Amino acid sequence: MATTLGVLQRPTSTTGLWGWITTVDHKKIGALYGVTAFIFFLIGGIEATVMRLQLHRPEFDLVSPEVFSQLFTMHALTMIFLAVMPLSAAFFNLVVPLMIGARDVAFPRLNAFSYWVFLFGAILLQSGWLLGGSPNAGWFAYAPLTGPGANPGNGMEFYLLGLGVLGVSSVAAALNFIVTIINMRAPGMTLMRMPVFIWMTLVTSFLLITAFPVITVGLIELYFDREFGMNFFNVNAGADVVLWQHLFWVFGHPEVYILILPAMGIISEVLPTYSRKPLYGYPVVVLSGITIGFMGWAVWSHHMFTVGLGPVANSVFALTTMAIAIPTGIKIFNWIGTMWGGSISLSTSMLYAIGFIFVFIVGGLSGVMHSIAPSDAQQQDTYFIVAHIHYVLFGGSIFAVFSGIYYWFPKATGKLLNEGIGKLNFWVTFIGFNIAFFPMHFLGMDGMPRRQPTYESEMGWDLWNLVATGGTFIIVLGVLIFLHNFFWSLKKGERAGGDPWDGRTLEWSIPSPPPEYNFATIPTVHGRDAFWDQKYANGHAVPQGASDHEEHHEDEGHGIHMPSPSYWPLVAAVGLAVSGYGMVFHEPGQVAGAIVAIVGVAITMVGVYAWAMEPASEPSEH
Amino acid sequence: MTSKHRSVVLFTSLVTILGVVLLTGCQFTSPGHPQSTFDPHGPVAERQMELFWIIFWAAMFVMIVVGGGLLYTVFRFRRKPGDDSIPEQTHGNTKLEIAWTIAPAIVLAIVAVPTVLTQFYVSNTPEGDVLQVNVTAHQWWWEIEYPDSGVKTANEFHVPEDTVIEVNMTSSDVLHSFWIPKLAGKLDIIPGKNLTMWFQGDNPGEYYGQCAEFCGEAHAWMRFRVTVDTQEDYEAWTQAQLADAPTPGDDYDDILPKAGLNVFRTSGCILCHSISGVVELPDKDELNKAYETREGFRISKGPNLTHLASRSTMAAGIRELNAENLREWLEDPDKVKPGNYMARDAQVYYDPDQALTDTEITELVAYLLSLK
Repeated sequence: MATTLGVLQRPTSTTGLWGWITTVDHKKIGALYGVTAFIFFLIGGIEATVMRLQLHRPEFDLVSPEVFSQLFTMHALTMIFLAVMPLSAAFFNLVVPLMIGARDVAFPRLNAFSYWVFLFGAILLQSGWLLGGSPNAGWFAYAPLTGPGANPGNGMEFYLLGLGVLGVSSVAAALNFIVTIINMRAPGMTLMRMPVFIWMTLVTSFLLITAFPVITVGLIELYFDREFGMNFFNVNAGADVVLWQHLFWVFGHPEVYILILPAMGIISEVLPTYSRKPLYGYPVVVLSGITIGFMGWAVWSHHMFTVGLGPVANSVFALTTMAIAIPTGIKIFNWIGTMWGGSISLSTSMLYAIGFIFVFIVGGLSGVMHSIAPSDAQQQDTYFIVAHIHYVLFGGSIFAVFSGIYYWFPKATGKLLNEGIGKLNFWVTFIGFNIAFFPMHFLGMDGMPRRQPTYESEMGWDLWNLVATGGTFIIVLGVLIFLHNFFWSLKKGERAGGDPWDGRTLEWSIPSPPPEYNFATIPTVHGRDAFWDQKYANGHAVPQGASDHEEHHEDEGHGIHMPSPSYWPLVAAVGLAVSGYGMVFHEPGQVAGAIVAIVGVAITMVGVYAWAMEPASEPSEH
Repeated sequence: MTSKHRSVVLFTSLVTILGVVLLTGCQFTSPGHPQSTFDPHGPVAERQMELFWIIFWAAMFVMIVVGGGLLYTVFRFRRKPGDDSIPEQTHGNTKLEIAWTIAPAIVLAIVAVPTVLTQFYVSNTPEGDVLQVNVTAHQWWWEIEYPDSGVKTANEFHVPEDTVIEVNMTSSDVLHSFWIPKLAGKLDIIPGKNLTMWFQGDNPGEYYGQCAEFCGEAHAWMRFRVTVDTQEDYEAWTQAQLADAPTPGDDYDDILPKAGLNVFRTSGCILCHSISGVVELPDKDELNKAYETREGFRISKGPNLTHLASRSTMAAGIRELNAENLREWLEDPDKVKPGNYMARDAQVYYDPDQALTDTEITELVAYLLSLK
C-alpha cells in the first residue's frame, strides 16, 4: 500500500523546514513548544504593558473600555493557556524522556499532534484581535455576561472554541506523558526513584485529564446557548447562572495547580543540583505534591466566597483552603532543607529558583489571607487578588520557567546561556516584578477593583498605579535582556558538554544536545539521583568520567530504530482548526459555518485514518 | 565584614525597607482614600478588618521566619570560590519534617477559629430593629427602594446611624457585586436570585460604594453613595423623598424648567425614567415585557429621577451633579460613560433627526436641577 499510494509514505527528511513540520522527536517538539509559547508570552506581555500604560495615571485615554476588557481577558488567557501551560509542556517534552532514560515518549505522533493542535488553538484564540473582536468577559467568562443577549458578536466564540481546541491538545499530551512515565522508565527506576520533576509531570497530567472535561462541559453548554438558543445559563428561562461558576472553578482551581506543580518540579531539580545535595525529604515532597493535586479539587469555592453560598459553605472552603497551605509549606521547608548544609552555587538558574521560593512565600501567604473568607470579602475582585495571582503565577511559574530555561538550555542546545547577562536578567526581572506587583496589594486594600479601565484622582490610587507601571517597564527590560542572552548564547555561547552543572539525573549522562536516540544504551538505575550515584559511586569525591561518557556515546547510534516522521498529526490538527473557525463563524439559521465545520472534521478524520494506516517506517533503504 | 555580618546587615535592611513600604502603603485612612478598607466605619467592616490584621501579623511572622531562614541558608551555605568539596548527602530528618508539618497546621487552626466566627457574624443579620433596603442592580446603575417607607431612588441612598441595614439584592441583567469598602465587604448580586447582606454605619458621613464584579463595558462607572445620617436627618430625608417632584409653575424662574418638563415628556425620556407626579413606570415584569429589546436580555428602566437634584452625584456616582456635567451628559452620554444604554437606546441619540437641540438641553438641565 505504501508503494501504491505515494502519499502514505512516511517523510524521510529530518532537517530543514520539513524536518520540523513532520518531526515526532520529543526534543524538537519540546523546542517548538518552547519557542511558540515564549512568543505568546511576549504577546501576553504586550497586552499587559498596554493595560499598565492605560492605568499609569488617572483618566488616561489610551484604549477604549471595550478594548481594555478584551485586553485583560486575553492577557489572562494568553498567559495561562498559551504561555505557562505550553512552557511546562516544553519542559515535559524536552526533559521527561531524558530523565527517565527513554528514547522518546510513548506516542511520538500523538505528541506532534498535541503541539500542532496547541499552535492552531492558540492562533484561533488570538485571531479575534483581527477578526472582529476578542473575548471581553474575563477569562472566567461568568454567565450571563457571556450569553447571546449581553454579549453579541463572535468574541465569546473565539474563547469557547479556542479553549475547546486547546483542551484537546492538553488532554492528548497529558495521556501521552502518563503512559510514558508509567511504562517507559529505565530499568530500576521505581516510582519512588523518579525525579520529583517526573512526579510533578505525572500529577499535572492527571489533573489535566480530569479537569479539562469539566470546563469542556461548560464550554459546550455556553456554545449551545449562544448558537442554538438553549437555556443552560438563561436566567429568564429559569437557569441558575452560578452553575457556570461551579463548572469553571471546579476546572479553574486544579488549573492553578496545573500551572504551579510543574514549576515546583523544576525547582525540586534545580535546587539539589546547585546545592550538591539530594532533595531533602524526597518522599514527603512527592507526597505533598500528590496531596496538593488531590486537595486542589476541594477548594474551588474559595473563588466564590462572595457569591452568597452561605456561611457554612464559606467556612468549609475556608478550612480546606487553609489546609492546602500545609503541603505547600512542607515543600518550601524541604527546599530550604535541601540547601541547608549544601554547597550553593548562585548561578542564574539557582537565583531564579531562590527568587521563586521567596516570592512564592509572599504569594502563598497572601493566598492564605484570601482563605479567610470574611476578610476576603474586602479583597475579592480587587487589586489585592491581582497582586496575589501574579506572585504565584509570575513570581511562581514564570520564575521557575526561567530557572528551567537556564538549567536545561545547555542540554537542549549544547551551548551555555551567558551567566553574566543571565544574572543581570534575573536581578532586573526580580526587582521589576516586585515593584510592579507589590504595590497592587496596597491598591486592593485601598479599594481599587480589578478590571476597570481607568480611575479618578480623588480615589487616592495615583501613586501606586504609577509605581506599578514603572515596575512593568523594568520587567519588560528584564525580558529583553533575556532575549538578548538567548540569541547571543545560541550563536556565541560557551560549549556546554554533557554535564555542565555536575547534575544528578540521567539527562546529564548523555551529550548535549542529545543524539536523536537519546541513550545509546538504556541505563540501569540503582537509586534516586541515578547519574550522581553513578559518578560518585562508593563515596568517591571525584566525578568519574562525565566527559568519558560523551566519547563513550560517539557513533553508537547504528541499529537504534527511532519513529519515523509523519505528516498526519499536522493534517489532523489542521482539520480541528478549520472546524473551529467554522464553528466560530456559525450564525443561527445559516449553513456556511456548519459546512466549514464538517469539512474540518472530515480533514481530521482523513488525517487520523492515514495516521493509523501509514507504514511504521520509511521505505527501507538501509 | 564576615559573611555572617553581611547577611545580618542585608536582612535587617530588607526588613526595614519592607516595613517602611508597608507602613506608607497602609496609610490609607486620610480623607483622600474614599474606598480604603483600612478605615472601617461600621461593625461589619470593622470585624473584617480585625480579622485581616490577625492573619496579616501571622503572615508577617511566617514571612520573616521562613523568608529570613531562606536568605540565611543561601548566604551561609553559598559556595566559596575554588571549593570543590561535596557536602554531606543528607536525605531528610523525620522528626524535623513532622515538626514543620504540624507547626503550620497549628497556626492555621488558630486562625480558623476567628474566621468561622466572623463568617457567621457577617452572614447573619442581627436580631432587632432592621431597616430593609431593596437594591436592584442594572447595567450600570443601582435602583433603590425602601419597602417600608416606599421611598424610591437611584444610585444614592441614606441610612440612619447605628441601625442595622439589611440589603436585599437582585439583578435585572448580569452579575454585579455590592460593596461599600468602609462599611462592609462585598456580596455578589445574581440575576434570578435574591441575596441578603447587612451593614451598619456608626458615623454620619458619605461613603463610596462600587460594583465589584465585572459587568461589562461601563463596569468602572457603576458606583453609588451611601449617606449615614443622624436619626433626625434620616427622617427629614425620607419625608422629602416621599413627596412628589416639584412641578414648575408660572413664575418667571420657572420658564426654563417648565419648557424642560415639556422636553422630558416629548423626547422619549419618560419611556425609561420615572418622576413621581409626572410619570410612573409600570412595575418590573410588565416593563420587561414591554421593553424586551434583544432575545434573552432585557432593559427595564433608567434611574428614578424624582429628586435628582437632592443627590450629590449623577450617572451612578461618577460625577458631581451640576449644570455643566448634566449638560455634557445630555449632549453625549457615551462620552461620559462609555457603553451606557441611554446613549444606545434613546432615539434622541441614535437618530440624528431627533437629536436634542442646544436649547432643549438647556431647558432639560434647568428642569432636572429643579427636582429638589
